[in-house]
Amino acid sequence: MPDLSTTYLGLKLKNPLVASSSPLSKKVDMVRKLEDAGVSAVVMYSLFEEQIVHESRALDYFLTRGSESYAEAITYFPDLGKYNVGPEDYLNLIQKLKSSVQIPIIASLNGVSSGGWISYAKKMEQAGADALEINIYYLPTELDLTSRELEEAYVDLVKDLKQEIHIPLAVKLSPYFTALPNFAQKLVKAGADGLVLFNRFYQPDLDIEALEVVANLELSSSSDLRLPLRWIAILYGRLDVDLALTSGVHTAKDIIKAVMAGANVAMSASALIQHGCEKAAEMLADLQKWMEEYEYTSIEQMRGSMSQKSVAEPAAFERANYMKALRSFDNRLRI
Amino acid sequence: MSSTVSTVEGNDAVAHAAYRMSEVIAIYPITPSSGMGEDADEWAAARIPNLWGTVPLVTELQSEGGAAGAVHGALQTGSLTTTFTASQGLLLMIPNMYKIAGELTSTVFHVSARSLSTHALSIFGDHSDVMACRATGFAMIASRSVQEGHDMAIIAQAATLKSRVPFLHFFDGFRTSREVNTYHFLTDDEMRAMLDQADIDAHRARALSPDRPFIRGTAQNPDVYFQGRETVNPFYQKCPEIVVEAMNRFAKISGRQYQLFEYAGAPDAERVIISMGSGAETVEETALYLAGKGEKVGAINVRLYRPFSVEHFLKVLPPTVKAIAVLDRTKEPGAAGEPLYQDVITALNEGLTNGIGALKTMPRVIGGRYGLSSKEFTPGMVKAVYQELEKPQPKNHFTVGINDDVTHTSLNYDPAFSIMSDDTVQCVFFGLGADGTVGANKNSIKIIAEETGNYGQGYFVYDSKKSGSVTISHLRFGPRPIRAPYLIGIGDASFVACHQFTFLERLDMLQYAKPGGVFLLNSIYGPDQVWDHLPIEVQSALIEKKLRFYIINAYDVAEQTGMGSRINTIMQTCFFAISGVLPREEAIRQIKKSIEKTYGKRGEAVVRQNFEAVDSTLVNLYEVKVPDKVTSKITRRAPVPEEAPEFVKKVLGPMIAYRGDEVPVSALPVDGTFPSGTTQWEKRNIALEIPVWEPDLCIQCGKCAFVCPHATIRQKVYPASLLASAPKMFKSTDAKFKEFPGSKFTVQIAPEDCTGCGLCVEACPAKDKSQAGRKALNMADQVPLREPERENWNFFLSLPEADRTAFPVNTIKNVSLLQPLFEFSGACGGCGETPYVRLLTQLFGDRAIIANATGCSSIYGGNLPTTPYTYNREGRGPAWSNSLFEDNAEFGLGMRLTLDKQHEFACELLRSLASQLGDELVEQLIHADQSSEAGIQAQRQRITQLKSKLAGIKDPRAAQLMSIADNLARRSVWIVGGDGWAYDIGYGGLDHVLASGRNVNVLVLDTEVYSNTGGQSSKSTPRAAVAKFAANGKGTPKKDLGLIAMSYGYVYVARVAMGASDAQTLRAFIEAESYDGPSLIIAYSHCINHGIDMRKGLEQQKLAVQCGIWPLFRYDPRLAEQNKNPFQLDSKDPTIPVQEYAYNETRYRMLALSDEARAEMLMRQATADVARTLERYRQMASAETGSGKDE
Repeated sequence: MPDLSTTYLGLKLKNPLVASSSPLSKKVDMVRKLEDAGVSAVVMYSLFEEQIVHESRALDYFLTRGSESYAEAITYFPDLGKYNVGPEDYLNLIQKLKSSVQIPIIASLNGVSSGGWISYAKKMEQAGADALEINIYYLPTELDLTSRELEEAYVDLVKDLKQEIHIPLAVKLSPYFTALPNFAQKLVKAGADGLVLFNRFYQPDLDIEALEVVANLELSSSSDLRLPLRWIAILYGRLDVDLALTSGVHTAKDIIKAVMAGANVAMSASALIQHGCEKAAEMLADLQKWMEEYEYTSIEQMRGSMSQKSVAEPAAFERANYMKALRSFDNRLRI
Repeated sequence: MSSTVSTVEGNDAVAHAAYRMSEVIAIYPITPSSGMGEDADEWAAARIPNLWGTVPLVTELQSEGGAAGAVHGALQTGSLTTTFTASQGLLLMIPNMYKIAGELTSTVFHVSARSLSTHALSIFGDHSDVMACRATGFAMIASRSVQEGHDMAIIAQAATLKSRVPFLHFFDGFRTSREVNTYHFLTDDEMRAMLDQADIDAHRARALSPDRPFIRGTAQNPDVYFQGRETVNPFYQKCPEIVVEAMNRFAKISGRQYQLFEYAGAPDAERVIISMGSGAETVEETALYLAGKGEKVGAINVRLYRPFSVEHFLKVLPPTVKAIAVLDRTKEPGAAGEPLYQDVITALNEGLTNGIGALKTMPRVIGGRYGLSSKEFTPGMVKAVYQELEKPQPKNHFTVGINDDVTHTSLNYDPAFSIMSDDTVQCVFFGLGADGTVGANKNSIKIIAEETGNYGQGYFVYDSKKSGSVTISHLRFGPRPIRAPYLIGIGDASFVACHQFTFLERLDMLQYAKPGGVFLLNSIYGPDQVWDHLPIEVQSALIEKKLRFYIINAYDVAEQTGMGSRINTIMQTCFFAISGVLPREEAIRQIKKSIEKTYGKRGEAVVRQNFEAVDSTLVNLYEVKVPDKVTSKITRRAPVPEEAPEFVKKVLGPMIAYRGDEVPVSALPVDGTFPSGTTQWEKRNIALEIPVWEPDLCIQCGKCAFVCPHATIRQKVYPASLLASAPKMFKSTDAKFKEFPGSKFTVQIAPEDCTGCGLCVEACPAKDKSQAGRKALNMADQVPLREPERENWNFFLSLPEADRTAFPVNTIKNVSLLQPLFEFSGACGGCGETPYVRLLTQLFGDRAIIANATGCSSIYGGNLPTTPYTYNREGRGPAWSNSLFEDNAEFGLGMRLTLDKQHEFACELLRSLASQLGDELVEQLIHADQSSEAGIQAQRQRITQLKSKLAGIKDPRAAQLMSIADNLARRSVWIVGGDGWAYDIGYGGLDHVLASGRNVNVLVLDTEVYSNTGGQSSKSTPRAAVAKFAANGKGTPKKDLGLIAMSYGYVYVARVAMGASDAQTLRAFIEAESYDGPSLIIAYSHCINHGIDMRKGLEQQKLAVQCGIWPLFRYDPRLAEQNKNPFQLDSKDPTIPVQEYAYNETRYRMLALSDEARAEMLMRQATADVARTLERYRQMASAETGSGKDE
């Protein structure tokens, strides 16, 4: 029986399948199901700093709107005594999860300001999180903001966080960095213990009849694996950092590809949301079966086996790969 | 003494005691008592226990009558039970009060005493309601202040348990119930010490129990009823002494000694005033002040009014008294005198006859009325009463506080007379409703009272509009307890603050300022420019009174710190900084502490934002050097324009300018009848932004005018030739109406009446193809548009109205050409109810009679000073009346009965006069087809013809016919109200009226809560929504009123939501009105109580329909007569989950934030409710035929 175990962020994991940050982790029961299905760790849903601020302000606005204006209706709502608009619920959930499951719990934080992040990260550590994933979900739209300034801000943030917390820190990145390896290196030097590739930005759509911008949430598919796969393969072995692949992990083969590219773990969310937690068990069973069939003894054995530095044609991950892809496209269309 | 101090409203102080001493609490909302019920419900939801460690069961009933019934039942089964009410609510409790007292049952009803609906409704305070209960057998005990409210609640509970006589504990609505004051409350242990367990045991032992059965509530005959009635006498005889004992015990515990009658003043007083309630506080303070100056005057405060103890009363009356004035805060037309006056005369007479007390001769006794509907009652008025008593022939049955120039009952008084000690600081703040001024002032009083060792008092005056209203906060603080239950007087305030610059041109705020005082202004102009923007009157007052003048641009600071329009903490910081009541740094520390306390649970972000606002304030606060000369050219504008009718100028104008107290009796109508269409004269200018029309993009769909809650955006089609005299900026385009070829079309905004809600912009479907964000309507700043658009609006009004007979009114586009006969109401900006009301008046207004249930729609429909129902150029318009809350359906039915009867009688008279009138005319009049606009117009012309013929006929029948002939024209009776009325308090009547088969149209403006009283739960409230009285989320589903009404088979029923389908709404209105039988329209009305962005109200209506929670349907019995299915489901299957709609609204969302598990459970159930209801409707819609009309 092959050894499926791996390590990620210094955590010893029983296999490389980690439940990625998603609403599945909002309920203790659901996380238990994930554990039962075999996932080796859970990244919790993201605590959005903006959301906390927005929720707090919106609640205040609507509870006070129009109040103290008219003698018969000084207020419009009862006073409910408490509202969970801060990080407390999230922190409580970390505690509950830690006491309910054996697998590591990785907290996830999504924010924009250094101040808010730092304090929340500290609280997450205190609540018992085994590691922290910070999710950089920022769309730089300002004309005057340079890529250098932006990258420096992120690097400073990682430094600040590392000074505050003692648990391992992973940084979840978007694919839109001009010089990703260089930026990844800066993050590692700043103290990042892991890199999670990549964040999926939900792209708005246009309704051309109503002339409105509409939100459109689409789950990933296996084809989304390609982008992180390439970059994992490129980064593997060149930086002293753990790598997690997220986006498009739907099957055992996707996990295998991730590991072969060099990922310590493969993270899945869409597949589990679409098919239920049991999908994890199926993926892991398939993984084991495949490894047995192809006589792999351990995950460690295959990790990085198809990274850029390990393959026969390193250029396949570079521009030449693009040309190759185009050629294959041409062939299919018989142009 | 180990009591604790707090600063709260009177309602809270009373509820604090009542809640702790009860096991069962039955509640129902009514102003100004709702706050007590809300407290009880919130405390129960928070699982706060009573004195015995259990959480009281708090239950809302369908009416006060229901609450009293539930109280009676709970008492009969042995619970310690209470309720809270006022005014009409108390009247509905009276039948049960007789029962409860007749059965000697211990309970206390807490009543924030309020005026009764007579010539008008009033929510404000007087004793009319409690005086109507004096024959019920309830003991009546009065409190004068916040402190006493708490204390008497406890004393009354102890006394009722001991005496078995039920108690009505009352205190003045608003003046006491809403006053914020410092009070010492008893701890639970102290309260427990007031109650004897044996009395509680005895109360329970008297309860109904099948283990020891008996019967109570028999029917009795002439043989024993009378004797039975007399059995209670000993209990009433003992009651006063029991109250004395309770008061004495209370004094030992609290250090505060009360008596049944309390005397204050000169021991050898010759002139004494007797009164009750908060006014007695003013009388007492003034008596002490005058006695201190050597006047032989005194005051008696009546605390226990029933049972009236002659002995105790005479004991406190100084034997030296020569003249007594008894003040009643009520009016009993036709009586020999008001109630307390009569009781005092009786007591004096009995005392003299039976030798009780020290009096030897009967003093002169006069009675007077004061303070009705919270009319101010000041030391100056008290002094006037004492002066009257000095006269050889003092006025009896006088009034004080008004100018009665008709029957000359009023006493003259000195408004400037003041007894306020110099160490009491008085401050007046003028705020814009909802800008946070009131809340900040409440917090300031708490800070001062709780952190500086001073005593504080706050009282808050609101106007009658629900949007853009003015709030006036009266704050006092000083080293001694502050009693003064009256507003700060002219020239008495050492600090006046104006939180809204535009008030300067409307209100005389500086009349309150004391010479040498401070004026703080929220100014958009800086310290160097502000002087030039002040009106002449303000500049003069600043100079003459030598005021110190400070300004801050609070809106700017609020904007910079993300506070939006909430300037509360900014202005509060300025107040503390200028007043110096605390050292600046300490004040800021305390303000921040108070912010954390108030906003902490709403999240750190809100607290942080408020902190930033506080920290940014002082650098933006400037003292302005006041020049020594008036330089302004601006004058304060008149409340109404010169061209307004005389009545509007003479009566409504002063009311608009906050000078209504000066209106004399002679100026007012004798029977509550006021002219229609007066909102047009009150230009409120409350919108910051108004819509601007782009003719090039407009598709002339009419949707903007169709959804406008305030009828401030209108459309007209008119001949192009009329544009010759149009103002330069007037916009028009070619009309796209097939009925009006070659005409011009204009969409016009009433710039000074628009509230800036933005619903029209949201509804506008026309977008610029090159710039999708630009629509045919876009919001823009009002100020630069005001002048040109005013001119455009006036020109627009001069254009002819559409000829109703010239085009069909079956499309939104066409209906929007009809003149609204409901305009510029004081409803909330973006109100979801008023578009339906406006539509009603457009379609049927010239023939409508409206019965309106009390609630939001009666307040924006009929609250003075100005009212929105108006008339067309022919002088026709809706005739509107409000009777009560509970009786509206019956009230409307009564109207229909008159119309039907008089129509029938007119037809009888026509036939009998046919030979003189001509058979053809008679036949046409009787059988006229009035199903169309043209038919109605023709009938009106025939009636004119008839009247001219009748004028020449000398027959008594002709005169009869003349007076009722107008009813030969079609009339449209509308019964309008909210869900509180239709689903709860008025449901029994509504059901009966629908069952009657009469031709009435019922419009239920369904906001799913009691909106007008601040959002209490009704049976229309959906499951999972939070409302007051359902603080932990309503656990039962919404009642399906439509389904119940459909069960009759002959009632037209429609459920509509304008935002989801305007066409279906229009169709439903037309069908309902055309149906010759009862019709019911249930209209989804988004509301400020839902906690939504009101601009998105229509969108939210759409989501309600899309998720299935608000299915659209019409049930038309006429279809059944044609053997078709009368039920038509107009909405499609749900396309989104319920929560996608629900969690856009604070009423749902707040539960998810507060108690996620319960929210999830209720949301699951609510989703199941929707599925169940839809399944039922689908089955009904798929049935092949429906039931026929049951004749």
